[in-house]
Amino acid sequence: MIIGVLGESSPGERRVAATPATVGQLLKLGYEVVVEPGAGRQASFSDEAFAEAGATIGEPYGADVVFAINAPEPARLDRLAAGATLVGVFNPRLDEELVAEFARRPITVLSMDAVPRISRAQSLDVLSSMANIAGYRAVIEAAHAFGRFFTGQVTAAGKVPPAKVLVAGVGVAGLAAIGAAGSLGAIVLATDPRPEVADQVKSLGGEYLAVRAADVEVSSTGYAKEMSDDYNERAARLYAEQCAEVDIIITTALIPGRPAPRLITERMVASMKPGSVIVDMAAANGGNVEGTVAGEAITTANGVTIIGYTDLAGRLPAQASQLYGTNLVNLMKLMTPERDGRLVLDFDDVVQRSITVVREGQLTWPPPPVAVSAAPVEKAPAEEAQAVRKAAEEPKNRTLPLVGVGAALLFVLTALAPVALRGHLTVFALAIVIGYYVIGHVHHALHTPLMSVTNAISGIIVVGALLQLGHGGTAVTALSFAAILLASINVFGGFAVTRRMLAMFTRS
Amino acid sequence: MTIEKASQAAYLVAALLFILALAGLSRHESARLGNTFGIGGMALALIATVALAIDGDLSGTGLALLLVATAVGAAIGLYRAGKVEMTGMPELIALLHSFVGLAAVLVGWNGYLHVEADPGGAEAAALASQDLLGIHSAEVFIGVFIGAVTFTGSVVAFLKLSARINSRPLVLPGKNLLNLGALAVFVLLTVWFVIDPHLWLLIAVTVVALALGWHLVASIGGGDMPVVVSMLNSYSGWAAAASGFLLSNDLLIVTGALVGSSGAYLSYIMCKAMNRSFLSVIAGGFGIEAGPSDDTDYGEHREIQADAVAKLLSTAQSVIITPGYGMAVAQAQYGVAELTRKLRDKGVDVKFGIHPVAGRLPGHMNVLLAEAKVPYDVVLEMDEINDDFARTSVVLVIGANDTVNPAATDDPSSPIAGMPVLKVWEAAEVIIFKRSMASGYAGVQNPLFFRENSAMLFGDAKERVNDILRSF
Repeated sequence: MIIGVLGESSPGERRVAATPATVGQLLKLGYEVVVEPGAGRQASFSDEAFAEAGATIGEPYGADVVFAINAPEPARLDRLAAGATLVGVFNPRLDEELVAEFARRPITVLSMDAVPRISRAQSLDVLSSMANIAGYRAVIEAAHAFGRFFTGQVTAAGKVPPAKVLVAGVGVAGLAAIGAAGSLGAIVLATDPRPEVADQVKSLGGEYLAVRAADVEVSSTGYAKEMSDDYNERAARLYAEQCAEVDIIITTALIPGRPAPRLITERMVASMKPGSVIVDMAAANGGNVEGTVAGEAITTANGVTIIGYTDLAGRLPAQASQLYGTNLVNLMKLMTPERDGRLVLDFDDVVQRSITVVREGQLTWPPPPVAVSAAPVEKAPAEEAQAVRKAAEEPKNRTLPLVGVGAALLFVLTALAPVALRGHLTVFALAIVIGYYVIGHVHHALHTPLMSVTNAISGIIVVGALLQLGHGGTAVTALSFAAILLASINVFGGFAVTRRMLAMFTRS
Repeated sequence: MTIEKASQAAYLVAALLFILALAGLSRHESARLGNTFGIGGMALALIATVALAIDGDLSGTGLALLLVATAVGAAIGLYRAGKVEMTGMPELIALLHSFVGLAAVLVGWNGYLHVEADPGGAEAAALASQDLLGIHSAEVFIGVFIGAVTFTGSVVAFLKLSARINSRPLVLPGKNLLNLGALAVFVLLTVWFVIDPHLWLLIAVTVVALALGWHLVASIGGGDMPVVVSMLNSYSGWAAAASGFLLSNDLLIVTGALVGSSGAYLSYIMCKAMNRSFLSVIAGGFGIEAGPSDDTDYGEHREIQADAVAKLLSTAQSVIITPGYGMAVAQAQYGVAELTRKLRDKGVDVKFGIHPVAGRLPGHMNVLLAEAKVPYDVVLEMDEINDDFARTSVVLVIGANDTVNPAATDDPSSPIAGMPVLKVWEAAEVIIFKRSMASGYAGVQNPLFFRENSAMLFGDAKERVNDILRSF
């Protein structure tokens, strides 16, 4: 089969869906590759480089599989062959018009941004690979617009404080931004409704600012969701506090299939220091920041730059093309099980099902939801709570019958025992209870000394032997002599060794 | 006030002193005072008993024998206690338990010789008049049985701990039946003996109990030895209590029960720490199955040299050291203490993370580190330190293996699954001191060695620690 690589026609798009390196990998899977002339020019991949890698330069519309990034306009869609498979990033959740447009044609459409977040599909996850690049670029854009160093320095010309960067939303883009800002030397703070990301923030050298609220989020899809009013109120307070403090804000909050949440209000922006920079990575979906203009960098009245570029990943075209191209190669590997250059769409595979928007002219969108296996199922907290409650009840449940049985046994034993034995049984039972309670909270480090002291004390058996000595014949005397000797070793050795051990415990 | 009454009063005071001793040993601040209470109680009990014996019909020879036996015992005990290496502590304690067990057997036999073997004697007549003869016979048997089990059990534990015999669990066919059978035989023999006391019955029960004690401990693997030692401690207490019933001596009963129940509780705490079934351990490896064979490919391990470790340590902000039995074997605690001092002088935050069952005795590592003068407020137990690993630059795992095995939390099919472990792998770098790639006491492979942030430092722990000290 032939794979056609389209040149991107959207204004400002500099990426391309294949690079010479990925062309080589596609050829290995058994495909032929046709690249539209000049498709890679803006990403620094020349037609010659593609040809050298084994691709044909020519007209890609007749190919069986067509690689794109953005959706081609209807006129170009019309040129696709019947039965062709179109692969790209089409945002089918929001762009219903486009989905309808696809469904009017006898083609199959796979949208790479619909890959479910399961670990098996990570190698296809275009959103992650693009977000990674965008996060990095956001920091670079901010540094470019920011009139100061990121890193703190002490120079002959005076002391420079480090820049403070706040990253809102710790997804892939947020993490990439934290890493990039940190490596430039800035102090990085990060917020996210999901408390479990705190460790990830820490691992990249950032500081996690928690929003204290009742509904900390447990995500079952791996993506963020909308939060309650209470949470939003507290978060707003946190942002308001931070805005006055930080120099750079990078917002990355996106909720799939919904407009971006508004995190930073106009008032907060007004409270920022002149010269501060905000990069709103959600600008394409409405923006996290009030006043963002999608695709542009603007400066507010108080001198704060708000960057709303929607093509952050595309601003590293060679890098983005390489990662996107590799994602597509991985998709082809998944869909070419025989490695024979024949594309097979397997609807039993949850990954392939999820990305299919249209199948041979039939609308298959939206796909059935996929729960991320790694995240806890929604029911889990309740179950857990129940388990905890059970665990708390269990000891009581088990102790009660045990105590009952013990008491009954003791009752029977004492009631049947001869009078002379009764007193002994009483002290015996009481001593057992005391022994249990007296060491109840023993410090772990003292286990060994405690054991050697009880060992010494159990040498009390010497008393028994002493009382027997001299009563009865030689045999008795000999046996008690031996018993006294053995028990004395215990008594003296045990106490001496405990003393020695305890003398070693010191405090600095 | 007769001597008899005075000695009873002394016994009461001695019993209270023993309780105070145990209570004192639960906390660092009062530990030494507790030991003194114990010594005081024991001295009081001994004096009262000797006075009682002299007041009775103890002859001059008897007194002489008594003094000689005590003096010889004391000399041996003090000599051993003064000489023992702290690493040899588990063996010594196991050996001492065996003495209590043997003494209890001897006391039981004496009880028989006094009464049952001498049916015409004064004591037998006195007991018969109270209708207590049968009770006495039963007490003899119970005392001898517990004593003998404690004796051979402790001897086996001693041999295993001192590596004189293989520490692998002995697996006889139908071992649970053997144990239960021995118990059944004991009950049968006891009933028989109560009805019709004969010497051969006593010999038979002694032999059965000796065999049972041997088998019980032999079927427990070396890894469970800390619990076994603590359990034997408890058994020795019960043996003393049984002797107390035999001799109608409340002091013995109280003290024996104290030691017995506190020892049992201590063993229970430790079983919980290892996620082992308490029943399984006291019943001699009841229900232990062989783990599945393990041929998973874990990948490659990374090796590191001492000078590289020294460099790593000197640039670290925080270091946690998790020692295990290997440190005790190599006697590396002094080097480790020296390393700790040097790092602390450099301003590195050094802490120790001690797993509850590190070593072969509960608290074994604490004793060793204390011996080497590591201040005990930097020595933390697992629960206190487990959350700190993620914030730690370097972890030194010195001779520990199973207690730092991530398979316990990650791999539900692992034989040690569910056992709480030190989460060393969360630290930035983990250095593992090890003699070879062999598996630990539980015989389980450790995926920790193959993690990306793990590096192996092979060789004797003491030598390697000294190498690091030289490289500073």
